[in-house]
Amino acid sequence: MTKVVVDPITRIEGHLRIEVEADGGRIKNAWASSTQFRGIEIILEGRDPRDAWAFTQRICGVCTTVHALASCRAVEDALGIDVPPAGGLIRTLVHGMQTVQDHVIHFYHLHALDWVDVVSALKADPGATANLAASLSPWPNNSKTYFTEVQNRLKSFVDSGQLGIFANGYWGHPAYKLPPEANLMAVAHYLEALDWQRDVIRLHTIFAGKNPHPNFLVGGMASAINLDGTATINAESLSKIRDMITRARLFVEQVYWPDLLAVASFYKDWAKIGGGVPNYLAVGEYPENGNWRDAESMYLPSGVIFDNDLSTVVPYDQEKVKEYINASWYDYKEGDKVALHPSVGETIPHYTGPEPPWTYLQGEEKYTWMKAPRYDDKPMEVGPLARMLVAYASGHADTKEVVGEALGRLQVGPAALFSTLGRTAARGAETLLLARRLETWYDALVTRIKSGDTATFSQKRWSPDTWPASAEGYGFLGAARGALGHWVKIQDGKIVHYQCVVPSTWNCSPRDVHGATGPYEAALMDNHPLADPKRPLEILRTIHSFDPCMACGVHVLDAQGREVTQVRVKG
Amino acid sequence: MFFPSSYPWTENETLGEHLERRGVSRRAFLKYCGELAVVLGVSQALTPQIAEALQKVRRPSVIWLQLQECTGCVESTLRTSDPTIGDLLLDLISLDFNDTLMAAAGDAAEGAMQTAMKENAGKYILIVTGSVPLAADGMYLTMGGRRGRDVLEEAAANAGAVLAVGACAHFGSVQSAKPNPTGAVGVADIVKDKPVVTIAGCPPIADTITATVVHYLTFNRLPETDGEGRPLFAYGKRIHDQCSRRAHFDAGQYVEAFDDEGARNGWCLYEMGCKGPETFSPCPIFQWNSHTSWPIGSGHPCLGCTERNFWDTMTPFYNRLPAVAGFGVERNADHIGLALAGAAVAGVAAHAIATGIHRSKEGHTPHEPAVDLPVVETPAEKSKEERHD
Ligand code: SF4
Repeated sequence: MTKVVVDPITRIEGHLRIEVEADGGRIKNAWASSTQFRGIEIILEGRDPRDAWAFTQRICGVCTTVHALASCRAVEDALGIDVPPAGGLIRTLVHGMQTVQDHVIHFYHLHALDWVDVVSALKADPGATANLAASLSPWPNNSKTYFTEVQNRLKSFVDSGQLGIFANGYWGHPAYKLPPEANLMAVAHYLEALDWQRDVIRLHTIFAGKNPHPNFLVGGMASAINLDGTATINAESLSKIRDMITRARLFVEQVYWPDLLAVASFYKDWAKIGGGVPNYLAVGEYPENGNWRDAESMYLPSGVIFDNDLSTVVPYDQEKVKEYINASWYDYKEGDKVALHPSVGETIPHYTGPEPPWTYLQGEEKYTWMKAPRYDDKPMEVGPLARMLVAYASGHADTKEVVGEALGRLQVGPAALFSTLGRTAARGAETLLLARRLETWYDALVTRIKSGDTATFSQKRWSPDTWPASAEGYGFLGAARGALGHWVKIQDGKIVHYQCVVPSTWNCSPRDVHGATGPYEAALMDNHPLADPKRPLEILRTIHSFDPCMACGVHVLDAQGREVTQVRVKG
Repeated sequence: MFFPSSYPWTENETLGEHLERRGVSRRAFLKYCGELAVVLGVSQALTPQIAEALQKVRRPSVIWLQLQECTGCVESTLRTSDPTIGDLLLDLISLDFNDTLMAAAGDAAEGAMQTAMKENAGKYILIVTGSVPLAADGMYLTMGGRRGRDVLEEAAANAGAVLAVGACAHFGSVQSAKPNPTGAVGVADIVKDKPVVTIAGCPPIADTITATVVHYLTFNRLPETDGEGRPLFAYGKRIHDQCSRRAHFDAGQYVEAFDDEGARNGWCLYEMGCKGPETFSPCPIFQWNSHTSWPIGSGHPCLGCTERNFWDTMTPFYNRLPAVAGFGVERNADHIGLALAGAAVAGVAAHAIATGIHRSKEGHTPHEPAVDLPVVETPAEKSKEERHD
């Protein structure tokens, strides 16, 4: 057995450590450890619930809208606030663009280098690259001149000896399979995507003032609509939004999606690797009438799939979410064996790991700051793959079409989706669906505005005088990385309890009391190769296919947390 | 951007040589230096000196350390709005370690950082985002199996310059809000043997980060800062004094509820809790995401995120300033409101715009107490004002 530690896992949000045991080129056992704790939920206690969106938003700056929105929904649920349709549609657009932009950044800037050998692109023939690109897509930048220029830039970069972020990559690793031309094409689009993401996200700036960390508002959105105003959402800003939406769709249709399918066709063996936990959970998202409480209005459906069985989608019920801490650096008052629902969740941080510097965490009973969420006592994968599977299995027409196209082009069946490659492909499929759908939501907003329905905010329950003495709420969100839930309790105008169960907590969860591993761990133990323990490229592929967001995963807690913060340092 | 938009350097090349090889004209370069002078708030007359200094720069190594944080600051940098500044800077630097973007992982990533620290000892620029948790013996953050604090101390020891970027690195930000469960502190609380420049904000506008680095490379020293370590060129002015809604403040035209008539006419957000009167930030000038808009511009009150401990001192966010402990604005504001109820509204507003302009020309004094609200002018002041014109 060889023990391998990858810490830090880079090209993710936050701090993640992976340890594996490998034998004969296969991974036999795996541990995922989150090595950062911030304690945001405890900080929320005693505060104005209308401020909670801003605090929870800072859980994560990559998926920078999702906690804010989930928080607004939780507080609105508790206080019985309905968001006016135009305000709700603006949120749908903001969230939709967030997911599209986030998925594209993930593919090119966080994930692509696992599949694309930058150095090999130097050997490409720019003319052949142009032909390859033209055979895949009508994208205008497909000329020989263009690819020659990119290659020259890359060449002098490598010649300079200062490789910057490309230093020490696993270039030349035998697991890289793309021909030089495909590598050059992908590197060129890596660069183009940088400009693209900067441009399309300005939708957030117009509706919500800035990005990262745009501004939200309990009860709606703060950007008022007045077509004739100069300091409001007006005809000019709407036409800019329209342009960004078009640009977003074109890039996804003509660059991301064709690139993804082209790259995937060289890595079809990865459709049999890295499946892992066979259960998938989706909460549903993108209210098309702006009302997030209306399950019917959700563009993507909610539901749960067990045991890779695509013939049955079970309705999702938030009461069945519970969290274990038997392998996490926390205590529960009732001990380590129980699982608690987030509405009564506790988080008492209690580090019991070894004294740093660590060599190995494996073998430790507790080894992470992540809790272990379970649904109906089962580990669940959440994220684009879960959403696409739930939609596909529910007969969602657009999803069937796009996922069907991908399966057809790669000549594989739906079972191929339960894999590292399936996860990466599902993220692309979802991006394509959403990039196309943004126009529908935009049109719905404009139709509302034209009919004079421009209200973006509900004043009715804004003032704390109008609130009940105590209230409880749940807000969910189908965030880019998966199912997100916020649970809030309010008393006398103040937050008394707050819990988040977050996509990366589901996916990065450690072992539970039954010994069941979380999705990262299970995926690394599912038919998983590791050719060279010194250059663990394959581990990065599978972990990155989940798009980890560690800061999100480690949140916390309730009133008890602040009382006991002990550290037991082991030898 | 990072390598991406950049045209790589050959070894030991200076920026002058590099640009020449790249075919950038002298004229274009001088234009850039002129823009830089504007951003940095120095006289345009200094443009030739800036150009001369920048030309001699050799590509420095930058190590970007991410501690206890949310990656929003890196994301913000990815959205650098001014392509000239962004490209030139990122062309200028060799980003040798950055968790979010680098290809290498694990030991290979650690190795890249160790190499950069060794080869550029005493010279590299250390950018830190994120805070350092001190509670529980530092165990709330480990990286590569080591405490975050140890990693920071090691990286800072041989850094030529240290930039604390974002509210977390500034003072601990959200995780340091009461009761600060992890004992989070800012970079300057750990790195004490050298100056730490603070690029405040949650997150800061990317251009502020890039302009500071370029300043350092150009003048071979860090920019002048206020008591918080914030560069004066970016943080020397109060939002309230640069705000596009200021005329409405002075005219007593306040949004009283979100989406009311005032909101639909772009009136002042003071009553909705705007912290602009107490916040020093380049938001109204630089704006966000390619100058597209900014928080107040899009109808939401300022949260005050460039100020120390704003999660505690500026909350509840939607209460207007007087309700926040430590501020004494209420009397003034009411006084103004009453004064403006009279007939001379238009005249006073015009005056206020004029004074706003004067003020921005005069510059600023950091840490001025409370808000300097316009009062109904006396004849003496008026004549002074006229003399200015
Ligand atoms: S109170 Fe806020 S919105 Fe009003 S003028 Fe000042 S900074 Fe602008």
